[in-house]
Amino acid sequence: MQIKNSAKEYDVIIVGSGAGGGMATKILSEAGLSVAVVEAGPYYDPANPEQMTQLKWAWHSPRRGAGTRRFFGDYDQAYGGWEIDGEPYGQVGDTDFKWFRSRMLGGRTNHWGRISLRFGPNDFKRKSIDGLGENWPISYDDIKPYYDKVDKLIGVFGTKENMYNEPDGFFLPPPKPRLHELFYIKGARKSNVKVIPSRLSVVTKRINNDRGVCYYCNGCARSCNVYADFSSGSCLIFPAQKSGGQIDLYVNSMVRTVTTNDEGKATGVSFIDKEENKEYKLKGKVVVLAASACSSARILLNSKSKQHPNGLGNSSDLIGKYLHDSTGGDMMAFIPELIDRKTYNEDGVGGMHVYSPWWLDNKKLDFPRGYHIEVWGGMGNPTYGTGFNVNSFNKFFGINKAGGYGDVLRSDMKKYYGSTIGVSGRGESVAQKTNYCEIDPNKVDKYGVPTLRFNYKWTDNEIKQAKHMQDTFEEIIHNMGGIPLWGKPGKDANYGLNKPGWIIHEVGTTRMGNNPKTSVTNEFERLHDVNNVYIVDAGPFVSQADKNPTWTILALAWRSSEHIVEQFKKQNFS
Amino acid sequence: MKRRDSLKTMALASLGASIFLESCYGISRETITRSLTRYEYGRTPEEKEIDDKLFAQKFFTNDELLTLDKLCNIILPPNEFGSIRDAEVVQLIEFMAKDIPSYQEPLRNGLVWIDKECKTRFTKIFIDCELSQQKEILDEIAYYNPNENMDDQSEPVQWFNLVRNLTMTGYFTSEVGIKELGYKGNFPNVWDGVPQDVLDQYGLEYDKEWLDKFVDQSKRNIIAEWDDDGNLIT
Repeated sequence: MQIKNSAKEYDVIIVGSGAGGGMATKILSEAGLSVAVVEAGPYYDPANPEQMTQLKWAWHSPRRGAGTRRFFGDYDQAYGGWEIDGEPYGQVGDTDFKWFRSRMLGGRTNHWGRISLRFGPNDFKRKSIDGLGENWPISYDDIKPYYDKVDKLIGVFGTKENMYNEPDGFFLPPPKPRLHELFYIKGARKSNVKVIPSRLSVVTKRINNDRGVCYYCNGCARSCNVYADFSSGSCLIFPAQKSGGQIDLYVNSMVRTVTTNDEGKATGVSFIDKEENKEYKLKGKVVVLAASACSSARILLNSKSKQHPNGLGNSSDLIGKYLHDSTGGDMMAFIPELIDRKTYNEDGVGGMHVYSPWWLDNKKLDFPRGYHIEVWGGMGNPTYGTGFNVNSFNKFFGINKAGGYGDVLRSDMKKYYGSTIGVSGRGESVAQKTNYCEIDPNKVDKYGVPTLRFNYKWTDNEIKQAKHMQDTFEEIIHNMGGIPLWGKPGKDANYGLNKPGWIIHEVGTTRMGNNPKTSVTNEFERLHDVNNVYIVDAGPFVSQADKNPTWTILALAWRSSEHIVEQFKKQNFS
Repeated sequence: MKRRDSLKTMALASLGASIFLESCYGISRETITRSLTRYEYGRTPEEKEIDDKLFAQKFFTNDELLTLDKLCNIILPPNEFGSIRDAEVVQLIEFMAKDIPSYQEPLRNGLVWIDKECKTRFTKIFIDCELSQQKEILDEIAYYNPNENMDDQSEPVQWFNLVRNLTMTGYFTSEVGIKELGYKGNFPNVWDGVPQDVLDQYGLEYDKEWLDKFVDQSKRNIIAEWDDDGNLIT
């Protein structure tokens, strides 16, 4: 491989352009710093007609949108997925960790669910409450001003509810629930499960003149061409470019290592230009990693030097450890009352309009930590798979005959269209030192970079929580008059608990803390060992609440970026 | 009718059929280009390459495609909304057999089976049989007990189920099929709740205490501002 070196020294090199990288780009460039953004995937703009999938119909795809090439279907805006050609990852023992990577400008923010929940005061101090895991070195009060700023900058709809651990923010008004959500509200309330309007980063009311307002096509997973949902490119990086920031974008550029000097300080990064298959080096006074929790850990572990023989910033030997994902469990049901529906446009926003935040007290339960409930269903945009087993629901009416051919299939199709509801639990697991990613000693990817392997086991904490989910879902579905579509998973199936990684909320690989022996980064997401390397993805999370990580990634990245600016002002990086 | 005659009759019977044959059968450069340019759906260069490769391959024989065309037409006969040909169902099956190679063996085995079965009973292959004869055989494999596992059904039942699934999904994800189904979204609009008559039908209503909180769609274009407590003031 030919190695080229760039003469320019940037103030900051940002690795990755998702939520954390996008926020760092905006804050640092607007402070006047020169910034290089190094992204492993191609340039992407949801408004580019060549790349756009929003408003496409199934028949625009020769496979009618099937998930054979993109896991969540042809129109999902994530370039990559669970597997990427030539970039494998391994497992230790019988671990089956799922790792979703999206290689494009904006990363996974282009397709995510936009569920934008603040962590609450308790979420930063779980150890003090249940004795498990570790407390964060910061409290809700430290991060609250940043959550407020993120709300106002990016936009999130929701309602003020005055719930202690579900803090309110600066909300845009939420959309009205759809029919299946009204059924859910009824069913959940009967079981004393609280339901409130969702909190999603979708612009239901104009937030500024650069971004459009939601037009309710349900296509948020396709990334919005009028920038009415939060994606890192459209809401952070493009505006930062527009406001005149000194930003150089390096796309299709996969960072291999952080380079260091004789004093062990970072001097920049080395990356592989994927188009030319050449290695380049960039110089920077500060390196900000935002490649995703596991990718950033991989880069650090691969950045070995005389001064950092165990990997950069890894004197604690904790990089990669405490990896944890949200728990997940689901149930889907047929609602007989919803057959033969009148059809009308109920697309709404791309995601649920209502949800249930965690509503119980763990002191009265046999597991720690909670989960929230998401709800889905309705008369969706038909795509590959629509019409499969069209009348198998006949069994719910005691008819032991399905299939056939002819016009009966047309009427059965319409009869059952929009008659199902799904509920999903997304909960907090307890971080374990024994769950980790590490460098696989024997494997490299097609660029010659050592790859990761995973070791991960759920504990009883998560399994008991998953059982509680299933019992709750069964009750709520029963209250709705629904019939579950499949048998309730038992103990042998971990009560339906999803495989680790499946919820794509992996966090914790470079956790923050005050003690360099028990944490990798400090409260400003800076490596304890190296004062000019920061990590602003979900790696520094000490614990993943029963919330989704993105809003907290954004708030922390803003806070850490301000810290970086201050350090520049104090001339601590030179 | 001899097979060749039936082919000819079919091709002559409708222009649609001849275009269908050509577009499925021909793998000329023009065909590939035509296929690729009509599918504009935001692919990356790597994804385009994969599609390109699949379009350049051919899985089913012409005879098999004709049999599938007949089968799909029996599964979903044309009506006032459209036909399986309008919906390009057979083209979809051809494409999916290449996109999901595990479909290939069962799909082909079933086509072989049904011709054999027809020959045994009626001394003709499926496509040359009368509709009543075709249905006689389909009636034996078209139904299953939905309480039982599909994997436990006989191979012909599983095969027909697969063909039925692909036919249904092909039709109801097409322009004509979606119109028939009544899906009315996927275009810019403003959602302002479940229509009143639908709420009435199910005896539901929006919470009075929630109503004030929902977005006032008449003010959606006014830039949001809040007081210090997070109350929206615009």
